[in-house]
Amino acid sequence: MAKRIDVKDLDIYYGSFRAVRSVSMTIQPRAVTALIGPSGCGKSTYLRALNRMHELIPSARVEGKVVMDDQDLYAPGMDPVDVRKHVGMVFQRPNPFPTMSIYDNVAAGLRLNNKRLRKSETDEVVEESLRGANLWEEVKDRLRKPGSGLSGGQQQRLCIARAIAVRPDVLLMDEPCSALDPISTHAVEDLMAQLKENYTIVIVTHNMQQAARVSNYTGFFNIAGTGQPGELVEIDETPTIFSTPTHTATEEYISGRFG
Amino acid sequence: MSTTTSPPTPTESVEPPNGTKSLVRGTLPRWASWGALGAAAVLAGLIVRLLGFGVTPFVLSTAVLYAIGISGWSRWVEGGRKATDRAFTALVASAFLLALTPLVSVVVTVISRGLDRFDGQFFTYSMRGVVGDGGGAYHAIMGTLITSGLATLMSVPIGLATAIYLVEYGHGRLSRAITFFVDVMTGIPSIVAGLFAYALFALVFGPGTVNGFAGAVALSVLMIPIVVRSSEEMLKIVPDDLREAAFALGTPKWKVIVRVVLPTAVAGISTGVTLAIARVVGETAPLLIATGATGSTNFNPFSGQMATLSVFSYYEYASPGVPVDPSLDRAWTAALTLMLIVMVLNLVARSISLLFAPKAGR
Repeated sequence: MAKRIDVKDLDIYYGSFRAVRSVSMTIQPRAVTALIGPSGCGKSTYLRALNRMHELIPSARVEGKVVMDDQDLYAPGMDPVDVRKHVGMVFQRPNPFPTMSIYDNVAAGLRLNNKRLRKSETDEVVEESLRGANLWEEVKDRLRKPGSGLSGGQQQRLCIARAIAVRPDVLLMDEPCSALDPISTHAVEDLMAQLKENYTIVIVTHNMQQAARVSNYTGFFNIAGTGQPGELVEIDETPTIFSTPTHTATEEYISGRFG
Repeated sequence: MSTTTSPPTPTESVEPPNGTKSLVRGTLPRWASWGALGAAAVLAGLIVRLLGFGVTPFVLSTAVLYAIGISGWSRWVEGGRKATDRAFTALVASAFLLALTPLVSVVVTVISRGLDRFDGQFFTYSMRGVVGDGGGAYHAIMGTLITSGLATLMSVPIGLATAIYLVEYGHGRLSRAITFFVDVMTGIPSIVAGLFAYALFALVFGPGTVNGFAGAVALSVLMIPIVVRSSEEMLKIVPDDLREAAFALGTPKWKVIVRVVLPTAVAGISTGVTLAIARVVGETAPLLIATGATGSTNFNPFSGQMATLSVFSYYEYASPGVPVDPSLDRAWTAALTLMLIVMVLNLVARSISLLFAPKAGR
């Protein structure tokens, strides 16, 4: 659990278009790393490259290395399906499976990955994951009801429970709170603070207060102009980025004087 | 009326100084539509009575008078935009009623003429050895169920697999070609499908091979494009979010399709399949060529001609026996039975989509 990721000279392409240019960073275990930057600068693309989700778009490809625990995720012969078992993901919009109950949603990862578990074991994992996502008390009496009947914030926490039920090493979150109200956002942020005890968390956010509140490290992505690739400007400990960043572009973005 | 049409003197005094007009307009009373319709009907009745015409001119002149009357009245009281709205509402409603007329007419005719022989004998007897009165369509009902059932068994796997390929896998030239040919297949006249099946079986099993299975092949040629199209649309509207969520759990692609995408779309797919069955169950021309017709019951689709409801109805009507009436009655009852089968299929489609639809209970 909780592995460190070393990214080296990562270039991400869509066809011949280079979307992200030579990103190198180390993502620390048991910590929250926040990625901030203007829209279209490649944060989400970069995040999706970390568990090879961007490959679902035809013509997308990657050059460079993403090393997790001495294993290059992009080594030839590395199965993307296996990578995703170790690097889970939570999306911008809550996306519980509409045909499944709350219980089945959480158990979906186990069942879809063909793990033969006894009923009691599945029960245990479901309860543990829901407790881990701070949702157990709210849904324990209606586990058999459809997940789509929950509120937006509860759905997002259900998705987090579903992601941690397969026990990944790393949890990627792509703007997990942008569709949520402040109270649900608060619940998810509290959850992140708890989860980082056991997981490596990378979060993309447009909300700089959120980045300042929840993260230990912050990386700032920027883009030179339309049609240019996005690149990592700098990454450092969050207090440093928000008080004394090295680059003026970072300072301007954070203080709101950008563009 | 008096309050809405009288000049609004008090409001003029409170008009804003910059000269903008009051936003309050006159409105017709709530009963305006029905009142105008009644008036139009009375007026049309008088005219038609004076000139001595029948029902159709009465209905037509009622519609025209109503459209003119309501829009004129509205233009006088409510102004141009609402008058146009009322005129077009009248137009759209008339078009709807016009489209409904043949449907109602067919239903009423088939029911009233088909009920004569809608009895136990019709559903339990074949036409073997029947001359004149009596007899039934048991053999034809069974033949219709067998041929349509076989066609469904062949079309659904092929059609669904094609749709899955088009939505989940195909991106290049091949998928564009498949889409094109599916569109072309949709437009094949059903008689051509029948000739195709007849020619195919003549080539493989020798000339004159006519049996239930050949008919099923002809029907599935008609059915596959419908299944592909409807399933494709249903798979397309499954949100990509769900596929991504499943992929992010480390699920292989085939399992994402089988366990997440298909269950989410199953309501729409089964509705589409049922409607495709309803579409081919009443086909006559291809079955006439490929399946033939017989008076006796034949459960074996691979040997011998087989009767089907539509062909049965056609033959009873086209070449009736010596007292004509029993044959015509059987033809109408066969048509009624076919209509009931299609209606039951549509109800089944409805309940399936209700049953499988993702629920949002709390």
